[in-house]
Amino acid sequence: MASYTLTINGVPRQVAFADPDQPLLYVLRSFGLTATKYGCGVGQCGACMVLIGRQAVPSCITPISSLKGKSITTLEGLAKNGKPHPVQAAFIKEQVPQCGYCTSGIIISAVALLAEKRKPTEADVRTALDRNLCRCGTHVRVIRAVMAAAGRRA
Amino acid sequence: MGAPVKGVQLSRRAVVKGGALTVAFMLGGARGKASAQGAARARVLDPQQVDAFLSVNADGTVTIFSGKVDLGQGLRIAYRQIVAEELGVGLDMINLIEGDTALTPNQGRTSGSNGIQRGGVQLRQAAATARNALFHLAAEKLEVKAEELDLADGVFTARGSGKSIAFAKLIGGRRFDLKVDPKAPLKDPANYSIVGKPLPRPDVPAKCLGRHIYMHDFHLPGMLHARVIRPPALGAKLESVDESSLKAVPGARLVRLKDFLAVVAADEWTAIRGARALQAQWSAGTGLPAQDKLIELLRSDPSISDETLENKGAPVTTKPDGAKSLKASYFWPMQSHASLGPSCAAAYVRGDTATIWTASQGTHGNQTSFARFLGLPKDKVRLIYFEGSGCYGMNGHEDAAADAAIVSRAVGRPVRVQWSREDELGWDPKGPPQLIDIAGSMAPDGRLIDWKTEMWLPERTKGLPYIPLLGPQAAGLDDVAGINAGLIWQNGDPPYAAEHIEVIAHWLKWTPLRPAPLRSPGKPANCYAVESFVDELAAAAGLDPVEVRLRGLKDPRAIEVLKRVAAMMQWQPRPSPGPDKTAAVARGRGIAFTHYKHSETYVAMGMEVAVERASGKIKIETVYCAHDCGQIINPDTVRAQVEGCILQTLSRVLMEEVKFDRDRVTSVDWASYPILRFSDVPRLEIELIDRPKEKPVGAGEAACTAVGAALANAVFDATGARLRTVPFTPERVKATLEGQAS
Repeated sequence: MASYTLTINGVPRQVAFADPDQPLLYVLRSFGLTATKYGCGVGQCGACMVLIGRQAVPSCITPISSLKGKSITTLEGLAKNGKPHPVQAAFIKEQVPQCGYCTSGIIISAVALLAEKRKPTEADVRTALDRNLCRCGTHVRVIRAVMAAAGRRA
Repeated sequence: MGAPVKGVQLSRRAVVKGGALTVAFMLGGARGKASAQGAARARVLDPQQVDAFLSVNADGTVTIFSGKVDLGQGLRIAYRQIVAEELGVGLDMINLIEGDTALTPNQGRTSGSNGIQRGGVQLRQAAATARNALFHLAAEKLEVKAEELDLADGVFTARGSGKSIAFAKLIGGRRFDLKVDPKAPLKDPANYSIVGKPLPRPDVPAKCLGRHIYMHDFHLPGMLHARVIRPPALGAKLESVDESSLKAVPGARLVRLKDFLAVVAADEWTAIRGARALQAQWSAGTGLPAQDKLIELLRSDPSISDETLENKGAPVTTKPDGAKSLKASYFWPMQSHASLGPSCAAAYVRGDTATIWTASQGTHGNQTSFARFLGLPKDKVRLIYFEGSGCYGMNGHEDAAADAAIVSRAVGRPVRVQWSREDELGWDPKGPPQLIDIAGSMAPDGRLIDWKTEMWLPERTKGLPYIPLLGPQAAGLDDVAGINAGLIWQNGDPPYAAEHIEVIAHWLKWTPLRPAPLRSPGKPANCYAVESFVDELAAAAGLDPVEVRLRGLKDPRAIEVLKRVAAMMQWQPRPSPGPDKTAAVARGRGIAFTHYKHSETYVAMGMEVAVERASGKIKIETVYCAHDCGQIINPDTVRAQVEGCILQTLSRVLMEEVKFDRDRVTSVDWASYPILRFSDVPRLEIELIDRPKEKPVGAGEAACTAVGAALANAVFDATGARLRTVPFTPERVKATLEGQAS
């Protein structure tokens, strides 16, 4: 059983694993961080996106053995001092989610986009979110919310 | 009648302990944990009784008990608005319990877009009955006439004396013991202050902050995780299992009942690894037809029965000079629910009781089926709704619940089953294939003369038999009576006046995969065919598509949605196709209309598209929709539903088709079963027509039905090419443009 320390949402966590290929997703969920969701297991849908550093990465295909020394942020870790992240606040204001199963991964992708590009165009938002799927059809609200979080109108 | 039982206030609390999520059932805001049976005894479940729907608790809060459930469509806020308005309490005083067979009345499945028009209307009548009773109780207590009382936020105040009394004092913690009075007067919509407002949904913050507990996040102490291994070919039997193959995965354990095979472990990843490692031998399957022969097979399969669904007017013997007669055939393929998260459920079967946690849209309806295959009395089986990944009819949620129950019974522990992506797309019950032929004619002035629709549909969708669940079937357990696949023949006739209209269903014994209801079952295909054919006739007659439709309609609400959409689009009357048809990028507009089930919501939809001839790619620029679902409870949730109807159905029309080989479904990931992406999403222009004096009808399905035809008609207007087969992939569009296919 290998083990090391991983920072998750700012908290150092001891991670022990028998299988080096175990995806990060299952480790997060075993810690009770269940906002990150399984959708496809092959990185095609974006439901399991987390931030590794400032990059959005599908946790379902990220082996746990590859993360030593890394800092992970999940949806639960975006709020600061009890205040929702601006992207979360915009999603609430725009009443984005229907079932909401994709919401966690979409918010993470949007946060990564805004970290890289403070004032994205609508085309930037669409491109950045193209690897996130939504089945309920909340897309127009998502775009509006991300633009609003960036201080722009969609 | 016995004394009212106190302590009906039951809340479902999720407790996070040591990183694990535990769900406890707490009784009465008090300390004791209620057993399922204790809770069931305390509740009135007869939907004729007010107590089945509502309780006023000792602290003055109100609990709604709803047999219908929120899947993300917004019933949680809409039901609160209805009850707050009709009962006279503040919105924040209301709790809601959904879809628990032990606590809520059986109001039927949450389906057919009837959450408001059935569930909400029942609830409103119960609340009106309760308010009436409370007025009388308060008048008695305060010794005034009921007419002298004002009611606000659950407190009655006598206008003269200023004396007041709260709901909690009047009935808190006790039963109403009242039948729902169908004549209890309803509040005049002119005096509404809560219904009709775009209030935010209570589950949205938790969903955005990562605190919403989905079915997938459910946990019980001692719970195991299982993966079920489905056969490599449809109908294959399990011949042998090499148990030693599991040795490579310590902690994984096998469960086998006949052809039902599962791997169980304490954690999910071990169960997944075990399922991957397990070696099993399966027989050959029962076989599937060649996919490219499907349409011929549907047409040539001997039908069990032919049913005349509609026969209005007298057969036409003579047609006016210049009448245009056409025939056309349309096809809509099998499609998956393609839920973003795979189906998931948990179960605890011990001794003679079973508790099933499920995202099913029909917990009550499944109680009988689950009791049957578990061999338990119905009242010992409790199904509790937990929100899952969005479902749009019946995906694999019921199957996963049956899987969990079977494995839990075998191991005697609580078991959670989550499907894989491959299993979800491969094994969820499918929207059935629909083949539709139409023949008809139009007079030179745009009047429809005669119309005949013939549809080929699997017999199971007719309603009577069942959708078998995979687990019990494989395990050789009593097969379960499931649900029908939705009234998929509806809207097969035009909504316009004609001298003679005939609709015939050829019911087929056979269908390649399990059919199930998929959002607005059948009607997206039927309306696609009907509204495309109207367009074809209009084009043949050289008439404007909007004018032809308006000519055939009398219902003012139908006329209004059509005129509204035409105005939104600044529609210029002219026949299709338009002037652009030979351009490299041809632009066009199309329109379609539905009166859902001929009795519910009115939808008119228009689209503006650009078609790239060289690639066959359709770019949808703007979708316009005018929508009249009668009284609107919450305009923002209605709008969200209409947006979802449009985008999900665009996905179905543009890209979705279940693919299969001779053994099994092969479109089992998002590459082989693509759905709409952010780059594909058009601008949406939606106008909602609120009619507070009309009954509220559904918004979760109706707008789906106009999408296919509005798009096909727009592509025809742009290019002169008629798309009669879904999906409109670039390859198909290109081939149609080149005249190689239709």
